[in-house]
Amino acid sequence: MSSSTDWPLWEVFVRSRRGLSHTHAGSLHAPDAEMALRNARDLYTRRSEGVSIWVVPSTAVTASSPDEKDPFFEPAADKPYRHPTFYEIPDGVKHL
Amino acid sequence: MTTTANAAALALGDDALVLSHRLGEWAGHAPVLEEEVALANIALDLLGQARVLLSLAGDEDELAYLREERSFRNLQLVEQPGGDFARTIVRQLFFSVYQRLLYGELATGSGPFAALAAKAVKEVAYHVDHAEHWTLRLGDGTEESHRRMSRACEELWRFTGEMFQPVDGLDLDWRALEREWLESVTGVLERATLTVPEGPRSGAWTAGAGRQGVHTEPFGRMLAEMQHLHRSHPGASW
Amino acid sequence: MTAVTVDTTARYEAVFDATVAADERIEPRDWMPDAYRATLIRQMAQHAHSEIIGMQPEANWITRAPSLRRKAILMAKVQDEAGHGLYLYSAAETLGTSREELLDKLHAGRQRYSSIFNYPTLTWADVGAIGWLVDGAAITNQVPLCRCSYGPYARAMVRICKEESFHQRQGYELLLTLSRGTPAQHEMAQDAVNRWWWPSLMMFGPPDDESAHSAQSMAWKIKRHSNDELRRRFVDICVPQAKVLGLTLPDPDLRWNEERGHHDFGPIDWTEFQEVLKGNGPCNEQRLAQRRSAHEEGAWVRDAAAAYAEKHRAEERSGHQDPQEATA
Repeated sequence: MSSSTDWPLWEVFVRSRRGLSHTHAGSLHAPDAEMALRNARDLYTRRSEGVSIWVVPSTAVTASSPDEKDPFFEPAADKPYRHPTFYEIPDGVKHL
Repeated sequence: MTTTANAAALALGDDALVLSHRLGEWAGHAPVLEEEVALANIALDLLGQARVLLSLAGDEDELAYLREERSFRNLQLVEQPGGDFARTIVRQLFFSVYQRLLYGELATGSGPFAALAAKAVKEVAYHVDHAEHWTLRLGDGTEESHRRMSRACEELWRFTGEMFQPVDGLDLDWRALEREWLESVTGVLERATLTVPEGPRSGAWTAGAGRQGVHTEPFGRMLAEMQHLHRSHPGASW
Repeated sequence: MTAVTVDTTARYEAVFDATVAADERIEPRDWMPDAYRATLIRQMAQHAHSEIIGMQPEANWITRAPSLRRKAILMAKVQDEAGHGLYLYSAAETLGTSREELLDKLHAGRQRYSSIFNYPTLTWADVGAIGWLVDGAAITNQVPLCRCSYGPYARAMVRICKEESFHQRQGYELLLTLSRGTPAQHEMAQDAVNRWWWPSLMMFGPPDDESAHSAQSMAWKIKRHSNDELRRRFVDICVPQAKVLGLTLPDPDLRWNEERGHHDFGPIDWTEFQEVLKGNGPCNEQRLAQRRSAHEEGAWVRDAAAAYAEKHRAEERSGHQDPQEATA
């Protein structure tokens, strides 16, 4: 029953108190930036853990590999076939 | 507390108590997980306000659990069943704009409600914001969401006149409050491409005697559910 | 693109193994064995599903909570569970799956949630028993997960454990109040403990020698202790707590074993466990049906918000300002 319009993913950064920088708290889904901010407030600061929140579309984050100098750690993000969910397995198939 | 202040505490406290209960009914049923968290936040704010207000008037649990339907002083608007999410959002919009104006006024005074109002006004500003954002998205979203919002506005409109009946113990300019409310709500509905309903908001043929203890049929059921356990064990502590 | 040679994979694997062995965390973009990824997705999804299905048995009592204080506590607790579900879904999403996909699998019955939530909450005391026993068992399981080898999962668990500390205490306090209340309240509390005790012990999973995934998960440091070890620890914790409550645990074989330094307890009915797991518990259908209906009935809301966002993005694009600049 997947909805055709899944809400995009946002990364949430919270400044826990004045004098500290924003740190990554997690992510959430929201239809747009305004709602993302509100959802972030509800989810990541419901015990008053923050004084300021940033939200960034997850797709706007460019990440380096864990160790840039070493091609050894070639990012796996562009290899969806590495993910088990890339493959459709019929129901009832076990130990896979 | 004077008798009139007591009556006012009950009116405001019952509004918050009953709406909190109605929002609590969404737990596990919200359209998306993020909204589970948001609706619960609002319900918890309201319950907190209710507890302070009822405690001003007496014992919070006795007042919540042992009064009969006819003794409750809440608006009929807040006791209306949630229905679909559109109806819940419209109910939130109508009520939280009212509460924002009301608490805004009370916070500037020095009466028995000033301290509570000063704290609540911040909470309520967020409730208004939540309702406005959803009103825009549902009103101006899809054809279906627009239709559902229009219907909810039409259905709940008749319950909005009651909000501006003067409440004993609250010395406010109710006419001015009503003008501001209409202006705010009209602004949001128009931005959301919704039409402000034309039906009556006051008069004998509409709703509006919750403050006098006259409620709508769904309220009795709501109370039966809310009070049943507490009443089944007279004198017990929980 | 060059083919990944067996040799390269072996080198990747060596780094992965070394990272785990050094008690360092694996992060989302690191290379990891496919089976490690699959195990984590399965476990995190099940954990997330348990949080959101787990809202139902307790939400069942929100509208009937017998005091306003208890009502506020219960609402906050059920809200936390939604929040914990969100943390866990977002941790799972770092592995390349999506919440939508995981929810679809839950709704289709292709992914599981903890079987404990297929038992009904028949009385108010069940809210207390869930807090004390079910959350207690969950915490025993979860605390070691804060040191799980997968970074996002471990971080989510740190947050969750911190927030959950009140969950178990409120349950215990609730039961204590009932136990010391009227005879009817005491009886209600005892009845709830009688019904929730055995299912709580089953929450640690099958015995070690029959557990399908245990050994590999221990090696990967996704799991830190065996099922039986955690179960023993839980029983040892609960017995003195039950005494203070003035309630008994429904197991005639339960007694301290000086030699082992643990309590002995009676045999667990694994047939019941298997049956509930298969879908034959008292509430399996009801829980899943409510979850599906909430999701389906919410579709128009999610669609509307997406349509609104799309409409307004389009408006911004056709305006003069570059939206990136405008918000800077």
